[in-house]
Amino acid sequence: MFDDRSPIYRQIAERIKGDILSGALAEGAQVMSTNQFAVAYRINPATAAKGLQSLVDEDILYKRRGVGMFVSADARERLRTRHRERFFTDVVDPMITEAETIGVPLDDVVDHIRQHEIGEPS
Amino acid sequence: MTLSITADDLVLDYGDTRALDHLNLHLEGGRIYGLLGRNGSGKTSFASLAAAFRRPTSGEITVGGTAPFEAAEIVSQICLIREGGDVFESDRVSSVLRFAAAHRPYWSEERAGQLVERFRIPTRKRVTQLSRGMRSALGVTLGLASRAPVTLFDEVHLGMDAPSRYAFYEELLNDYLAHPRTVILSTHLIEEVSSLFEEVVILDRGGLVLHESADDMRERGAAVTGPSRDVEDFTSGMRVLGRQTLGATSQVTVFGGLDAEQRRQATSAGLEIGPVPLQDLFIHLTDPERETP
Repeated sequence: MFDDRSPIYRQIAERIKGDILSGALAEGAQVMSTNQFAVAYRINPATAAKGLQSLVDEDILYKRRGVGMFVSADARERLRTRHRERFFTDVVDPMITEAETIGVPLDDVVDHIRQHEIGEPS
Repeated sequence: MTLSITADDLVLDYGDTRALDHLNLHLEGGRIYGLLGRNGSGKTSFASLAAAFRRPTSGEITVGGTAPFEAAEIVSQICLIREGGDVFESDRVSSVLRFAAAHRPYWSEERAGQLVERFRIPTRKRVTQLSRGMRSALGVTLGLASRAPVTLFDEVHLGMDAPSRYAFYEELLNDYLAHPRTVILSTHLIEEVSSLFEEVVILDRGGLVLHESADDMRERGAAVTGPSRDVEDFTSGMRVLGRQTLGATSQVTVFGGLDAEQRRQATSAGLEIGPVPLQDLFIHLTDPERETP
């Protein structure tokens, strides 16, 4: 389920964020408990707790004492905003570098994107 | 109640051989520890001292603040399972289980029954008639069902096949969640079990190489890949654990964690920064070519 390549708690946090972005986890929905995460993914409960806590620190989740953790009301919108801000550096810039490396003219790249825009993906 | 384990300047000699060399270590109670080391690193010696199977040559080991050797009230809180199982070979499995039930103060008959069923241990056979995998499964059953506040498994699961090992990891976690206690798992099969560890302890040549949270350890390693000269420039002054060169490309494994600024520098210099699996960090940190810790 997890690779050993980055801290597992961070992978848990990313997975939950992904579920919130895709809508699989609705705002206000309860997320699994630390122990449920530990059992489901066969990880130490302290690791699961660290992953969840990092999302509480970012206000993506909030705690209700004795009940559990829930998705914050504006979590999805804030995640979308944050990912939009990073979109060009994380996605577009590496694409441009790759295009230059292998000799794809940027005009071709732009044309390709435009085709998507007018609804004719090649 | 959970029990901590503390080693204070701990030394164990076997004749002329020094197995533990002034080891200092403190393990908080109630966590799952991975005790890692190569063969002969001192893992088994440490476990044996913690479980009062031996007396230290010098220094001190305490469990819950008490030196366990010949201290019955603390020994009953500790369960060490070694690969051989430490059971009477000629006994039937059923009588081994009865013996444990009679001598383990927190023994769970129900848990033992579940595990015997899950691992399909033939209870009517004698221990000598069991396969290596079944003996390991019996050891695992004795350790988990003991519910001892300090439970140590010394490479006990290595004789099991992969499905049984994964069943063991699952049962260990379930049992730990239901009955929190101090668990020490000594192993060199790190990759498949590392997600269970809260903290990792690495021993080498009888001394402590590293003790930290498994997550922090994963974050500290980085593999820097790129043109050899750029990689050398970037990693100069860092703690280098390993170096591989293939033609004009080098990969250098560094330990110590790269900050965001260093990562930016690396990326803009055309270098690739990759993570390092726990098993690789372990191999690098216990490399005999490496200078003494």
